[in-house]
Amino acid sequence: MNAMAASVFVSGPWPWWLAGPLIGLFVPALLIVGNAVFGVSSSLRHVCAAIVPGRVEYFRYDWRKTGLWNLLFVLGILVGGFLAAHWGGPQTVAISEATRQDLAKLGIRDFSGLAPRELFNWSALVTLKGFVLVVVGGFLVGFGTAYAGGCTSGHAISGLADFQLPSLIAVIGFFAGGLIATHLILPWLL
Amino acid sequence: MATHSFADISNRRIAGPQTPVQTAGALLAYLVLGILFGVVLSKSEVLSWFRIQEMFRFQSPRMYEIIVSAILTAALSLALIKRLGVRTVGGKSIEVPPKILGHGVRYALGGTLFGLGWALTGACPGPLFALVGHGITVMTVAIVSALAGTWLYGVLRPSLPH
Repeated sequence: MNAMAASVFVSGPWPWWLAGPLIGLFVPALLIVGNAVFGVSSSLRHVCAAIVPGRVEYFRYDWRKTGLWNLLFVLGILVGGFLAAHWGGPQTVAISEATRQDLAKLGIRDFSGLAPRELFNWSALVTLKGFVLVVVGGFLVGFGTAYAGGCTSGHAISGLADFQLPSLIAVIGFFAGGLIATHLILPWLL
Repeated sequence: MATHSFADISNRRIAGPQTPVQTAGALLAYLVLGILFGVVLSKSEVLSWFRIQEMFRFQSPRMYEIIVSAILTAALSLALIKRLGVRTVGGKSIEVPPKILGHGVRYALGGTLFGLGWALTGACPGPLFALVGHGITVMTVAIVSALAGTWLYGVLRPSLPH
């Protein structure tokens, strides 16, 4: 491998044919380590069970026994994001010109970074836009994944790879929701 | 009757053979795999709000190429594990528990609600944590809000259609 290829691997975004299969390999890797099923949203349930179980039956189980692995996995994700941010330098995502124009029409000016800085920052939280994107959006992520019993990792990757019908229904739902938010809610909100 | 089937679901999801191995070594491995996953989420850019917008506007094949190749790789790996009888590092047989269909309502409705949140935040649960690592600290608010959402689901669960 020459130096230029190596530097792309370290600093630039990875091509889909590298990124996609690597994501898929987490399914067998976690199973081989110890029968852990690749999925992230369960961690939210485990945190609730650990901190505020109350009298809610859904949270009354031994989170250490079934969920400690998942909490460590999620902690790792945070650390991995930190490492990637620091070795690769600031990232600007090379989205298509069509997307850039659509978003510019919605009023987005700053295309540097991983998410629009003008919307995803602490002071924007008190605006309607920031509140809906971060607080309402986050709430829907938590409620929806718990209700559906999984998110992109658990249903779209683990579930579809195992040919599970419930996961197919869930993934169709993910896209229905995403299309509604993108094409009906965002034009009104932004 | 309805409450019975919920209890079945929760029992099967909580107990049973899918309780993962959690020896010290395995726990360390999960942490390391999590770190690697955080790096992959970053280098693939699937954690970017911009990329999610591009996907839901069908303006680039990139996200679809990533998701489909991830599913195919995982499916091929599972087929190999079954065919070759691969076992866990500790020698246990590998089992993927089936998800229970029920009426399917939870998957359609819950999935749609999550999809709304995915497009708004631009992040599914894994990326939420990775983005905090990237220094977008306001995403901690999205995580707390997601915890509130999960908690409310737990409270409402007995009265929701599944």
